[in-house]
Amino acid sequence: MACINPDGTLTPSAQAVLKAAETPCSPTEIAKAANLPLFRVRSSLRELVEAGLLREENGSFTLTGEGRARLN
Amino acid sequence: MTEQLTNTPAFPRLNEPAPEFEAVTTQGTVRLSDYRDSWLILFSHPADFTPVCTTEFIAFAEIYPELQKRGVELLGLSIDSVYSHIAWLRNIEEKTGVHIPFPVIADLNKEVASKYGMVQEGASKTEAVRAVFIIDPKGILRAMIYYPLTTGRNMQEILRLIDALQTSDKYQVATPANWQPGDKVVLPAPNTIELVEQRFESDLEIVDWYLAKKVLE
Repeated sequence: MACINPDGTLTPSAQAVLKAAETPCSPTEIAKAANLPLFRVRSSLRELVEAGLLREENGSFTLTGEGRARLN
Repeated sequence: MTEQLTNTPAFPRLNEPAPEFEAVTTQGTVRLSDYRDSWLILFSHPADFTPVCTTEFIAFAEIYPELQKRGVELLGLSIDSVYSHIAWLRNIEEKTGVHIPFPVIADLNKEVASKYGMVQEGASKTEAVRAVFIIDPKGILRAMIYYPLTTGRNMQEILRLIDALQTSDKYQVATPANWQPGDKVVLPAPNTIELVEQRFESDLEIVDWYLAKKVLE
């Protein structure tokens, strides 16, 4: 996983994506806020949704309760 | 006959959707669709830790800023493991000071290479040839270049090709031989007598009715 280390901690890029998604935003907005290429953000979003840290609604991504807890 | 067909690599086709894939890279798992809305240069190299490939990776890294200005991402590929890629990219940086900023696919099972005709048995049964695929923001394959194992690619030609494709899309024109940005472009040939007559009344640079050039404003 490019977002979650073997010990369960988040990689720096995953933290940047989660932080950008504190308020609901699109992948393009997250890429801009996190200063990451759009392809990296799309790939990370897939992993973070699968890990239960983000959820998607109508193309917009936002933190789950677990995601918010991991960010803090 | 059956054997011949089995050994013929699949080739993608120009102006058709580029084959979708999901692959492990040095920057995580990516799908072709992750690059939607960007131009993408997908390129293969024969093997990590080999001399020509090393010069190419340094050269690709050098043109990366210019590609980014044009909205283009780079994605490398070879039939090596992700650990080999990581070791090689770190070695390049350690020995030459050049950071490789783009991801590289570890295509050990040749899944992506097979879809794109990158393994050509006349060249090698185990390594990918030097292929370049230019994929547009809608996921359409717009250009392909194949180089042999012995010849490193020309980065200026790759940049020129991107410029030419983007110019053609923006202005609905074609680009003549050896075209460079700023040079005159070529207009599509008229397909009716009326359009031919109109062309002769225009201020285009006309060689004959089927070949007219103009400067882009």
